[in-house]
Amino acid sequence: MTPEELRRLAESHEEARPEPRHRIKICVAAGCLSAGSDRVREALQNEIAQRGLESECEVKGVGCLGLCTAGPLMLVEPDGVMYQGVTEQDAPAIVESLGKKPVEQLVCPSDMSFFTKQYKIVLENSGVIDPEKIEDYIARDGYTALARVLEEMTPQEVIDEITRSGLRGRGGAGYPTGLKWSTVAKAGGSRKFVICNADEGDPGAFMDRSVLESDPHRVLEGMAIAAYAVGASQGFLYVRAEYPLAVKRLRTAIRQAERLGLLGNNICGTTFSFHVDIRLGAGAFVCGEETALIASIEGKRGQPRPRPPYPAEYGLWGYPTLINNVETFANVAPIIRNGGDWFASIGTEKSKGTKVFALAGRVRNTGLIEVPMGITLREIIFDIGGGIPDGHRFKAVQTGGPSGGCIPEQYLDMPVDYESLAKVGSIMGSGGMIVMDETSCMVDVAKFFMDFCVSESCGKCVPCRVGTAQMYHLLNKITSGEATMEDLALLEELCDMVKYTSLCGLGQTAPNPVLSTLQYFREEYIAHIVDKQCPAGVCQMRQ
Amino acid sequence: MHFTKPSPPSDDKRWRIVEATMRRHGYDPNALIETLHSVQQTFGYLETEALQYVAKALRVPLSKVYGVATFYHFFTLKPQGEHTCVVCMGTACYIKGAPHVVAAISEKYQIQPGETTADGKLSLLTARCIGACGLAPAVVFDGEVAGKVTPEEALQRIGRWTDQ
Repeated sequence: MTPEELRRLAESHEEARPEPRHRIKICVAAGCLSAGSDRVREALQNEIAQRGLESECEVKGVGCLGLCTAGPLMLVEPDGVMYQGVTEQDAPAIVESLGKKPVEQLVCPSDMSFFTKQYKIVLENSGVIDPEKIEDYIARDGYTALARVLEEMTPQEVIDEITRSGLRGRGGAGYPTGLKWSTVAKAGGSRKFVICNADEGDPGAFMDRSVLESDPHRVLEGMAIAAYAVGASQGFLYVRAEYPLAVKRLRTAIRQAERLGLLGNNICGTTFSFHVDIRLGAGAFVCGEETALIASIEGKRGQPRPRPPYPAEYGLWGYPTLINNVETFANVAPIIRNGGDWFASIGTEKSKGTKVFALAGRVRNTGLIEVPMGITLREIIFDIGGGIPDGHRFKAVQTGGPSGGCIPEQYLDMPVDYESLAKVGSIMGSGGMIVMDETSCMVDVAKFFMDFCVSESCGKCVPCRVGTAQMYHLLNKITSGEATMEDLALLEELCDMVKYTSLCGLGQTAPNPVLSTLQYFREEYIAHIVDKQCPAGVCQMRQ
Repeated sequence: MHFTKPSPPSDDKRWRIVEATMRRHGYDPNALIETLHSVQQTFGYLETEALQYVAKALRVPLSKVYGVATFYHFFTLKPQGEHTCVVCMGTACYIKGAPHVVAAISEKYQIQPGETTADGKLSLLTARCIGACGLAPAVVFDGEVAGKVTPEEALQRIGRWTDQ
């Protein structure tokens, strides 16, 4: 399929279905679905049928609209009204109001900073298209980047464009994507693989889930372009089994793309072939680490191995393998469409483009946001997030999950980019952002993450297997008021040991939540140990 | 070497689903995790007989099959209760009160997370993160996600199962 044919297909899709007078777009991503959006959708359809308005109104399920806390969300077009917290009972009033005055009590103000301060590249189709219709994606210029790449560009030119964009891996570590691609492209061998890491194991992160549920074709297109650039013909999507909706939509998307010749053999009539298969994760945080992920696809226990050799040279079944995260692949098509220089003009000097964050915890507006790199934490939490509810006070924001750290108030005006976050002892991570107020005990939070690491440690190396367990034991002693200052000294010593001697990223970063809370909230540790008191009133003291 | 495909442990028709999965992957030992997913989806858990059968059919040592089945949290070797209640323990849910929900259920039904009540009615489980952080604390009742759940609400919903 050439770009011209794609355009014709997009146009015929629009023509085949005359634009209805009214269109109600309702979010059917996981967040709103669990708030009952499928029942609302049905109620609206019934209401429209009862009034015989089928030709005039269309109800369309779309991807995530972002503001999960106010779900179910819907957008009425062309009126441009957004409704929040809709129930089945609201259906008659909504249908009645079409083209007239909106239903006042349900309106979600779309001019609030939550929406206006965002910059959408990865999420540009999210909440706009039906994730189960490839035609919708094509109508939004979908697959034109792939068609262009195959028709006009050499693999090297594709890699150059990605390098020029300055895109860095969105899985957390921020490795330059162009460099990774060119390493795999240069690796010899007859077979190569492309893997999409969709094993979002970070507690408190749901960006990848949302992208897969809202715009699955975007990820497939990015993978296909990457495969062309590095010379691979087989790809795997490694998705968490805990995300059944994402898996279902991906399966649908792969089938649709294959039917149109956009995946499979001889894509767009060229000699390039690329097949994608789904592999289900089975609940192991360590499988986010690339060598563990590869072991899991090979049907083994997800245990990492020492690197080098890196997967770029020795990956799946020993062949050169490119592994990128969902969000990284989702950035590829827009970069090819608009050029690397365009992407490089967004963000900061060393962190280009945008980042999707899952904003949650003690903040008024929780949900999915996409912001340009370099935005401050204060803008994210107080403008977009709407601040702390119930008259409470901001205490810290946790970024990067179990590998990250807690950032206190004094750094709220810090720009969000890879380097700045690292400087204050945290990381970008995959993009979870949990806001905490004074009702959270920082020692308890550190214990929570350590508990996570103990249970998720694969057990292969001693520092991680034994070290994290000892650290958890010490933290438990502190939170139950039984610890001494010697225990604290031992805890600090263990942080260093686990950090510098563990085999993989899980162990190496496991002490981060402890280190960062010790750095900024040391007085809380002291209060637990010396005064036998929990300042936040969370921990139950035994004495 | 000649290999004869073993036959399923029983003539339960559900084995056909598992067989189909193995066949699709050409009985490749690499398909172990995919096959275990298929068994668990079909039978609800991984019973010993199933592990033995999969080991033979894919020519993987039973020790390795067991190793994989116990390594991943998603797999369970015990049958689940009639109803399951999965409390999300992700960071957002944790700081918004998920531990209180677990404590309330544990206390009322005398089971710890991962256990099933003696009458087999209820299994209480915890999840690492179900990715519904905007709805924290989130609880999955028999596969249906509910958001902003209080301990009282959780007990009420479970009560509807156990009272019948």
